[in-house]
Amino acid sequence: MSAGGRQVVPYLYVLPAFLFFAPFVLVPFAHTLGLSFHDWDGLTQAAFVGFYNYREALGSELVRSAFAHALVLIVFFGALPVLLALPLAVSSARAKVRGGNALRTLIILPQAISTVVVGVSWGWILALDGPINAGLRAIGLDVAAIDWLGSFTWALPSLGMIGAWTLLGLCVALFFAGLQQIPASLYDAAAVDGAGRWREFLAVTLPGLAGPLAVALTVTVISALRAFDLVFVTTRGGPGTETVVPGLLIYRRAFEDGQLGSAAAIAVLLSVVVFAAAWLINRIADRRAT
Amino acid sequence: MTAAPGTRTIGSVAILLVFSAITALPILGIVLLSLQPPDAMVSGFKWPDRLHFGNYARAFEAAHFGSYLISSLIVSSAVVAGTVVVSTLAGYAFGTMRFAGQNFLFYLLLAGLVIPFEAVIVPLYVELRAARLTNTWWSVILPFIGVNAAFGTFWMRAYFRTVPRELIEAASLDGAGSLRILWRVLLPGARPALLTLVVLVFMWSWNEFLLPLVMLSREDLRTAPLGLAFFSGRYTTDLVGMAAAAVMVALPVVALFIATHRRFVHGLWAGAVKQ
Repeated sequence: MSAGGRQVVPYLYVLPAFLFFAPFVLVPFAHTLGLSFHDWDGLTQAAFVGFYNYREALGSELVRSAFAHALVLIVFFGALPVLLALPLAVSSARAKVRGGNALRTLIILPQAISTVVVGVSWGWILALDGPINAGLRAIGLDVAAIDWLGSFTWALPSLGMIGAWTLLGLCVALFFAGLQQIPASLYDAAAVDGAGRWREFLAVTLPGLAGPLAVALTVTVISALRAFDLVFVTTRGGPGTETVVPGLLIYRRAFEDGQLGSAAAIAVLLSVVVFAAAWLINRIADRRAT
Repeated sequence: MTAAPGTRTIGSVAILLVFSAITALPILGIVLLSLQPPDAMVSGFKWPDRLHFGNYARAFEAAHFGSYLISSLIVSSAVVAGTVVVSTLAGYAFGTMRFAGQNFLFYLLLAGLVIPFEAVIVPLYVELRAARLTNTWWSVILPFIGVNAAFGTFWMRAYFRTVPRELIEAASLDGAGSLRILWRVLLPGARPALLTLVVLVFMWSWNEFLLPLVMLSREDLRTAPLGLAFFSGRYTTDLVGMAAAAVMVALPVVALFIATHRRFVHGLWAGAVKQ
């Protein structure tokens, strides 16, 4: 085989992947960028409008609230499962509970369940005559029994709790596996130094978990920013506009209102937020990693 | 392993049990609901008078979930097959070969890992409609292979990088071509990595909602999650039927997941660390 021939071989291996990736991901993404500078109903001639779609989106109360809701969901989808999973993983790794593996498998199970199933199921659980309210009534808290997903105050936090429920187990599994990789010698050294449990956690456990923490935060934050499925099958953005998220606005503007340019501009803004979040999380983790 | 191996604290067990219960109760609630008498209006956890498995038959036939499940199986199997083939080939090149533009191409794929699907769905629909592919399974299968090829290549590259270079060089000296090295020398050891990839991609494509929602408007093509979303919108009074349908939609992936979870979680973490 000639030297020139050998140079071709790697590209032949890479080619099939790009034959799918380029036309169905890269090119459409570039088109979204281009489309965001146009006014188009999807059928007639598109008109170039410069930054109009972006000005309209950034000035719109609805779009701004959609991104604000996404930030609230980040706290529930990301911060809550991570904060709960850390002590859960550390204590169960320390105690070596019999049957611990089975229980951790159970906790990660919601990850395998379709968001539509999760949404439809929680829709019943949180309904006015659902199990949560039945439980509240059973202990005499009739006043607290409300239509959770229909409440202006509680709809968004309820969606957040559903997200936390689906993501907790994934975080536990990531942290638990990460803990197995921390060398015992580090804990011995901390013990020799007379470190208490808290100091040991800060000096050994947390830096050792920098990698899994970054993965957990990246996955959960991206799920929060992409909560379209859950919102679509539970609240459809309501009541009012209390649970509208960017993905729902993209879908509505493109496929219901025929405003493809506006939908594209929101899609670009969403991508920027997702890229920035992923970059920031992994940069912090790289710096913290030992 | 930890500072005090073997110590069992009641607290740790209690925490683990509490969160297991929080996870299990909603699932148990839906499974119990799916076994109630067909017209029951159940508001809490109630053991059914007897197990009404007829609800599943009703959802499978009358509510067309049999057809939806077959659609999902076709789409997911095709996506898994396509993704595994293209990702293995590309991961092999990225993991074991050196070529000009390698880093650029790899970072392009990495960007695909974080591009939200919402950001490509609008032009994708317009283009596939122009190609008269909407309302065909291709309109879901092809884009989904494209999305998963990014993760799959990244994933298989991580595996191929762990293979000792001497192994490849020795086979090469014996006169084996690159395809033969991949097939005979490398793939037998790649089975755990491939299994994790298969499970993940099957799970993601089975559970995907936005893409089939946009591409498939014909009722007979609907995938299982899509069918469930429409069913729950139209028959909100048929709680029991909805629960049976929900369990049926979730069951194939949950079963696959439980059957493979040990390697799956381990593989997931191994991949994450190499990131």
